[in-house]
Amino acid sequence: MKRGLVIDLDTCVGCHACAVACKEWNGDSALSGPLADYEPYGAAPSGVWFNRVRHYETGVYPENKTVNVPMSCMHCEEADCVTVCPTGASYKREDGIVLVNQEQCMGCNLCTWACPYGARELDTASGTVKKCTLCADRIDDTLLPPQDRQPACVLACPAHARHFGDFDDPQSQVSQLVAERGGVTMLPELGYQPVNRYLPPRNAPKVSVMTTPDSASLMHKVSGWINKMIER
Amino acid sequence: MRPAISIVFFTVSSGAGLGLLVLMTLLSSLSAVHWSAQQQRMGGACAIVLVVAGLCASTLHLASPHRAWRAFIRVRTSWLSREAVLAVLVLPLAVLWTWPGLVSQSLHAALGAVLAVLALLLIYSTAMIYASLKPIRQWHTPLTPLVYLSAALASGGLLTVWLTQLEGASAQTGLVFVTLLALASTALSKLAYWMRAARMDGATIQDALGLKSAAQIKLLDAGHTHRTFLTDEFIFRIARAHVQTLTVMFWLAGLLLPAWLLVWFPQAALTAACSCLLGLFAERWLFFAQARHTVQLYHGATQV
Repeated sequence: MKRGLVIDLDTCVGCHACAVACKEWNGDSALSGPLADYEPYGAAPSGVWFNRVRHYETGVYPENKTVNVPMSCMHCEEADCVTVCPTGASYKREDGIVLVNQEQCMGCNLCTWACPYGARELDTASGTVKKCTLCADRIDDTLLPPQDRQPACVLACPAHARHFGDFDDPQSQVSQLVAERGGVTMLPELGYQPVNRYLPPRNAPKVSVMTTPDSASLMHKVSGWINKMIER
Repeated sequence: MRPAISIVFFTVSSGAGLGLLVLMTLLSSLSAVHWSAQQQRMGGACAIVLVVAGLCASTLHLASPHRAWRAFIRVRTSWLSREAVLAVLVLPLAVLWTWPGLVSQSLHAALGAVLAVLALLLIYSTAMIYASLKPIRQWHTPLTPLVYLSAALASGGLLTVWLTQLEGASAQTGLVFVTLLALASTALSKLAYWMRAARMDGATIQDALGLKSAAQIKLLDAGHTHRTFLTDEFIFRIARAHVQTLTVMFWLAGLLLPAWLLVWFPQAALTAACSCLLGLFAERWLFFAQARHTVQLYHGATQV
């Protein structure tokens, strides 16, 4: 079993609902919560988040596009964050989920350095490193109805840009989405074999845009000059 | 990367202590130098103090130091764990070696040889903690352990020269030669390290986002209003003037002055050692400050 997420960069609207739902669920979770907030009502609020959404612009106007990129733990197959951990607090479950035992972590930070994605954060209130659990306590909970046994971020996404499933099963929705849309991984060159896949933005049809003429006519220039003079 | 003073101090101080231990024990085991009881005590104590001070400083950066004992568990995969285990092996053996009369004369030579090997491995494992991290291209090279080993032997060598002179004897030519060799090796390996780091072949923002065909990508909004753990830890900017000052400090105080003193005024070995340590502090600070983590790509850097 190889559990992970598919994130559709074409439909993500960048609303941060996944990040907020994550913070809410995991803040109450016995797995790694509470997630510290530093100065929540102060001048410079900050805190521990498992999921962060960043916004980028690709291309050059008028061929440009905004791409919203939510990022959390990729639950890598070759997870160096686990191998560098000196205490054994970091481990990988049978189903591929990478977790941190909060009772064993000594807060040395080395795993946060070994992660190329910045998916792990040190919680200075608890003195331990915390990370995305893929809501292991939700997906394992047999008391929940089957459709609710999914990570909080997936359930919260209003654009259905997030999908959860088993990548080892070629029939699963995530495997089929990846095959159909050419799902990609981030920084595959490092050899970590991240499990989470991103569906690249589709090429949108070109939108006609208003452009200013390169050389305005003589009349245009003269009238512009007169207008300026009058305004003064 | 943010240069944590505790880690900079740890790597330089324990490096010098271990370098001293390696040379002291090897010279004695090879019968190249016969240490008096006082020299043995003095040198051993110096090495132990430098290593222990470094180790204490290194625990300062732990967020939960009361769990530090757990660090001995993952020796099979973690260089940090290997470092911890080697450190607790080296220290008691160093005490046994240092205190005269604790072990018999024949055992002493063997103990010295074992100690030298373990101390070298300890310096190596410290360096490998950094060299094994793939997301930091500048560190992920065999040059990193080479710099660490050379710097430890250079600073430790200067301290050993000082130790040989404690009872009025003049510096040993062989030892001076080895120390000069270590200084030269530090210079060359660091030069190679910097030349490799200057090459622009790291991961790009396109690789980081998986959008290989996008000609241009720029960050519009990092999604947070203030500093985060990620910006604190991975995004560290230094002024160019700062880099120049520290680089000059490394070359002058760390290498050239000690080498010059060693050749012309070997009786000033302690001054040379202190100067070398000062230069190595500058070098180690730059080692962290100039390293660029791939997390920077997600915060707007176009290439690391």
